Amino acid sequence: MSLEQFKNRTVGTQVYKTLDLGETPKSGMDRFKQVVKRTFSLELFVGLWVTIREMGNALFGGNMHTVKYPFEKLPISPRYRAIHDMLRLLESGHYRCIGCGLCEKICISNCISMDTRYDENQRKEVSEYTINFGRCIFCGYCAEVCPELAIVHGGRYENASEQRAGFSIFEDMLTPIDKLNLQQEYDGFGAVTPNADENIKKTPLAY
Amino acid sequence: METTLVENLPEVTALGVIIKAIIILAVISALAGFGTYIERKVLAFMQRRLGPMHVGPFGLLQIAADGIKLFTKEDIVPQNANKLIFKIAPAITAATAFIALSSVPVFPDFTIPEMVFGVTIPLVGGVFVPSIASDINIGILFVLGMMAAGLYGPLLAGMSQANKWGIIGSARTAVQFLSYEVVTGLSILAPIMIVGSLSFVDFNNAQAGGIGSWLIWQQPVAFVLFLIAGFAETNRTPFDLLEHEAEVVSGYATEYSGMRWGMFFIGEYANMITVAIIASIVFLGGYDSSYELGWLMIILKISFFFFLMLWVRAAWPHVRPDQLMWLCWKVLMPIAVINIVVTGIVIMV
Ligand code: SF4
Ligand code: SF4
Repeated sequence: MSLEQFKNRTVGTQVYKTLDLGETPKSGMDRFKQVVKRTFSLELFVGLWVTIREMGNALFGGNMHTVKYPFEKLPISPRYRAIHDMLRLLESGHYRCIGCGLCEKICISNCISMDTRYDENQRKEVSEYTINFGRCIFCGYCAEVCPELAIVHGGRYENASEQRAGFSIFEDMLTPIDKLNLQQEYDGFGAVTPNADENIKKTPLAY
Repeated sequence: METTLVENLPEVTALGVIIKAIIILAVISALAGFGTYIERKVLAFMQRRLGPMHVGPFGLLQIAADGIKLFTKEDIVPQNANKLIFKIAPAITAATAFIALSSVPVFPDFTIPEMVFGVTIPLVGGVFVPSIASDINIGILFVLGMMAAGLYGPLLAGMSQANKWGIIGSARTAVQFLSYEVVTGLSILAPIMIVGSLSFVDFNNAQAGGIGSWLIWQQPVAFVLFLIAGFAETNRTPFDLLEHEAEVVSGYATEYSGMRWGMFFIGEYANMITVAIIASIVFLGGYDSSYELGWLMIILKISFFFFLMLWVRAAWPHVRPDQLMWLCWKVLMPIAVINIVVTGIVIMV
């Protein structure tokens, strides 16, 4: 079912399935007939059969649904907005952030704070970068605004802590250089869409 | 009527009965704890979950953890409660459940050996321990009576605790137990008429001829009625109205905590076991005394009934109180009476 059908709130246009509940008994005799019919059609045993079948499925069919949570985790959607990651360029291993400051500017809870300076080659480098996760509301604006897809949302959602303020510095969030080959490209909030190529229009240079 | 199972059994001494009582208490209490584990596991499997897994292998030590929790929890008595009755009520439930068990056969007879590994056992050596703690010849009547007396536990508990949910719970207790007492009694009357005795041993002997002689074949209607009433008397789904969390918080047990609550729990599980024992002896032939391991048969039958209670809990929704009353007085009781009349006519002809 596509999303449009769920979003359609106009009553009467949806395709509903009605359950066949039969007729509500009116007279006493009808009610009596219904009781007898339900008693002898053994509907209750269908219920018993279903549960024992599911038990067999679970025990012997490998259909157990329990996820042993701290040891096993379910995959989360790429659009889930968890603790941020800072990505690196795959070729050079240099961090992607160009120090433009857009994320700091857009952050609606003012929890990103950063500083930049010129390095010895007169290139901009990030000297300070912290996010206060006690304030962050995980809105995803920073990931969306970032022109380099440098700050993205990662998959770490277990962020209980002992204090309200919990700061992460740049190096904490940055992909470790030895794990560079494991770095996942981000396709969540703010990432390029899969059909981005089709959407590109030529710059009209003719005029 | 002759009620002894085998002739020339050793004499039953007071010491033997006391030992038996202690065995019943210890084993059934432990089984009640184990029953909670089994219940959680079976319900979990039927819902495709794993159930308790982390305490001990396969969560087996969960029972110990629960026990420690129950014993060490704070014992709260509400301010406006009638304190004496509030404290006594759980004991009534547990006590009546165990007293009922005193006259049903649990485990086979055995004699404690005089010596074990060359060491003489002091005091209890050579004592004969009977399978029934007190083999009274009106066993069934006594058990049913005791289970009916168990009604006072929830009833007093609910009324003494100064809690509205408790009052509703105890009102439901009175209504449900009293009504279904009628069905239990009437449904079991027909097999009693056929066997002509109220003793469990006679019931067992009357069905000694293998599966074909089980009373369930002669009295299928009574069996179904007894099972339904048994579910109601032990407060199991689909008749768990007494403490149905979604409606009355916890009914009569709302204000209870710690071991007092645990006693209600043990009593409930002991009652489940009692009903399972009665059903297996009266309708399914009981134990088989013709060979050495015949008593295993009754354990199997009891386990089946216990499993059935859990199975039904996983599968069926519970009924409303008015539906419960409707079912009892307008359906089950007439059927039970008709069944008795028909049985009587068949016996006379
Ligand atoms: S997710 Fe929102 S609140 Fe959190 S750092 Fe990014 S912009 Fe700020
Ligand atoms: S928006 Fe991206 S590139 Fe700009 S400072 Fe933030 S992380 Fe760096």
